[in-house]
Amino acid sequence: MRNLSGGQSNSSIAVSLARPKSLFWTNLGRNWYKFSRNPLSIIGLVIVLVIIISAVFAPWIAPYPEQAGPFVDFENAGQPPSLQHLCGTDNMGRDIFSRIIFAFRGALIMAIVVLALAVPPGVLLGLIAGYFQGGWIDTVIMRITDIFLAVPPLILALAVASVLEPNLMNAMIAVTVMWWPWYTRLLYGTASSIKNEYFVIAAELTGAGKFHIIFREILPNCLSPIFTKIALDVGWVILIGASLSFVGLGQQPPTPALGQMVSDGARYMPIFWWMTIFPALAIVLILLGFNLMGDGIRDMLERGMG
Amino acid sequence: METKENILLNIKNLHVWYRVYGGYLKVLNGVNLIVRKGERVGLVGEAGCGKTTTMKSILQILPPGDFLIPKGEIYYKGKDILKMSFSEIQRLRSKEIAMIFQDPTTALNPVFTIGTQIGDVIKYSIALEEKKVHKEKLKILSARALKEAYLPDPERMLVNYPFQLSGGMRQRTCIAMAISSSRNLLIADEPGTSLDVTIQDQILHLLKEIVEKMGASIILITHSLGVAREMTDRIYVMYAGTIVETALTKDLFQNPVHPYTKGLLASVPKLSGGGIARGIPGRIPDYLNPPQGCRFQSRCEHATSSCAENPPQFVEVEKGHLVACYLAQR
Amino acid sequence: MKLGSFLLRRFLLSIFVIIGLSIVIFIIARVVPGDPARMALGPRAPEDVVQTLRQEMHLDKPLPEQYFYWIKGVFRGDFGHSLVSKRPVLEDIKEYFPATMELAIFAGILMAIFAILLGVLAAQHKDTWVDGLIRVSSYFGVAIPAFVAAIVFMLLFGYYWPILPVLGRLSPGMTPPRTITGLLTLDSLIEGNFPAFWDAFKHMILPAVALSLGGLFQEARITRSSMVDNMHKDFLAAERGYGIPEKIVMFKYLLKPSLISTVSIMGLDFASLLSNAFLVELIFNWPGISRYGISAMLHKDLDAISAVIIVFGVVFLVVNVIVDVIVALLDPRIRLGTARDM
Repeated sequence: MRNLSGGQSNSSIAVSLARPKSLFWTNLGRNWYKFSRNPLSIIGLVIVLVIIISAVFAPWIAPYPEQAGPFVDFENAGQPPSLQHLCGTDNMGRDIFSRIIFAFRGALIMAIVVLALAVPPGVLLGLIAGYFQGGWIDTVIMRITDIFLAVPPLILALAVASVLEPNLMNAMIAVTVMWWPWYTRLLYGTASSIKNEYFVIAAELTGAGKFHIIFREILPNCLSPIFTKIALDVGWVILIGASLSFVGLGQQPPTPALGQMVSDGARYMPIFWWMTIFPALAIVLILLGFNLMGDGIRDMLERGMG
Repeated sequence: METKENILLNIKNLHVWYRVYGGYLKVLNGVNLIVRKGERVGLVGEAGCGKTTTMKSILQILPPGDFLIPKGEIYYKGKDILKMSFSEIQRLRSKEIAMIFQDPTTALNPVFTIGTQIGDVIKYSIALEEKKVHKEKLKILSARALKEAYLPDPERMLVNYPFQLSGGMRQRTCIAMAISSSRNLLIADEPGTSLDVTIQDQILHLLKEIVEKMGASIILITHSLGVAREMTDRIYVMYAGTIVETALTKDLFQNPVHPYTKGLLASVPKLSGGGIARGIPGRIPDYLNPPQGCRFQSRCEHATSSCAENPPQFVEVEKGHLVACYLAQR
Repeated sequence: MKLGSFLLRRFLLSIFVIIGLSIVIFIIARVVPGDPARMALGPRAPEDVVQTLRQEMHLDKPLPEQYFYWIKGVFRGDFGHSLVSKRPVLEDIKEYFPATMELAIFAGILMAIFAILLGVLAAQHKDTWVDGLIRVSSYFGVAIPAFVAAIVFMLLFGYYWPILPVLGRLSPGMTPPRTITGLLTLDSLIEGNFPAFWDAFKHMILPAVALSLGGLFQEARITRSSMVDNMHKDFLAAERGYGIPEKIVMFKYLLKPSLISTVSIMGLDFASLLSNAFLVELIFNWPGISRYGISAMLHKDLDAISAVIIVFGVVFLVVNVIVDVIVALLDPRIRLGTARDM
């Protein structure tokens, strides 16, 4: 919305652009308003909090924590959902609800590790390529990025994971390998357009070093798309992780993993439908939560709301 | 005194609000404006005072969804635009009133050719009379409209895209679109301000010529007093969503009454007569929580307590010269 | 003409990318611990036979040389032999690739049509229940991964409500058409074999819908937001103000610039279509190259894995070039170079 109540001068806008972090906290009230404008964002936030809390406090929240590990109870196998077993039991008699909660752990760990490993190099490369746009550095970095992006996402992860031993660590490596280029692309676009802004040119003219310009002038202004993307990516990384475990790569049994639970349970469809459907719903829930929250974060960090 | 048939446009007490975070931006606070047949009316005011909003309200092209018109009427040829049916409004836009936007770069659709855009304007204006137009005839008419605006090589221009044209040519294209069928009222929103002064001059002269040829009235929005003086018969001075003063052009410059008008005139640097031009200290008020009374109070050196209570009504200080200020009442 | 040089540049770039990709794949494939020759022949083959094979496969030569042998083969169409099917990989690809392409193209068409429909609908009825419904559905649609949708479909249509087939491409007992393009639907149409066409089409519906769900809703949202953004632009107000009827303003002058963002993202979405096809094919038992690829990966069938990745890489690049061309057609600024003066 156009704000008609008089505008700030160019220089004060430049100053405020260059220091968004402090502005975020001072405007917390306003930012919360922007975030909460959409009730769906709040729902997303709630879902995400529930997932995180369940994952962290899994041993205390899950009704049958021991069943998330090596455990068999064939007498109880294949029980439909009931009050004792909210999601029923699987073919080995384990409580599915508890396993789902423990599976959240692996999922979140994977997301955190993958993003922690993939984002910094991706961002760094993108910044550098964007700032030195047009030079050989730009070409080299972006061509390499293009190569990694030339393969549809899951395929590369599958390929890498399949040549390594199947375990959680290797799955994380596989996903990291295919994840960083997205950040490079994002930052390349953002950085190369910001570098033409007046305050960057001003900094260059006053003799600021390249390091300073990239990290103290350009980067702070790229933070909002980065954070938005990270929030949304958590869900997607978890999804790729689930896809990997669906085909048997990634975390191995008896540790529960959502994708693996879905694929194991699929064999017992349609009679024992709960074995597949509940883990599948859990995946959907995770994605939904992070997507909704991520959208809210995007609304919040976007400039220009009246 | 006022012959009803003579009045083309009569904006009465128009209030327009925009919905934003925290409430409403009460931009227009009772705008009164009259345009007669054949008149050249100027609307002068600083950036953000609501000139464009007023004009957009006439054609009902305010940004969809986020605005509110709590009070006011806009009469065109005796009928209230705000109560018109959709087809009546379309007729209005096609045949009666046309607006030339301030920034020709954003006013033209970037992914369609000039020919398509102006062709459609002509096509649908003719369609209102239940006539269909042959494609070839449409091309001829479009080229002719472009020629009226003195665009070089109109036939070739039809296949160009807006970004391939210079700023001046884009502005002329917008004018061509506005005059493609004869209108009774043209609204020119700061024509040429985004362009080179020499080009702006050409554009203004073009407008002058067109208005004379068509016998139309024109509302010329500008923040430049020089342009207003040269191009208009009567001027409205607008501040923060209200009309503060209106007079015949010569009267306004000879005898400004409202403190704001005086301030504006004093801000114009003079070639002779020494001294640096004085500005008007302060800024336009916050539309979210505008002051109760006169909206100019905070910047007025003559403000009194009565200014804060109620917005001042119009006072006629001489024939045709109205001022909305408590000062004028004394 | 600018478009020509634009295409040429993209083409050369793509070549470079594919070469780079092949190097990366090659390195990955050779990183595998284990002996490819031994794996090909099995544990019981005598050592000297394995040694001969090693030499044939150039496994004793340095890596860059191995790469050149492999690339030469690829250009000749020789992707090596599959450990699983014991046939030349090229044969496998020729057999399975069209199936995946048929599915992907159909899903892509579904995505494009419905995304634009829903996006326009939502933008037109902005802030009403129609818009709200579409937006909420989008959130769910994007959050439901293709393989989850696939499994749900299996459950629903395979068991509770069997109105659509869930397995394979053609019902048993149905005569398949001659293989002209490999696309069953197309081939049966060409032959005039309508029962086969209808059967093949029915088999495609569920997997295609499962595949297209995520991309469809994402594109719908982008279409909607792009339209909403453009709705506030001056040129629309101007066009309206000149008397152009609302319908034309919406469907011509608003739609075209808004579609640019949507089409731009279709390339990426097609990529995720191809990705998701991996799992969906598995679930629906669709005999496509993705399923072949997964089995290759699980069996560490290196030649097959490399071939599958190259094929996907090439397909993806081609689709991207097509998408770029369409965007250039929609947006003359890209096609004809930068503005003369701003």
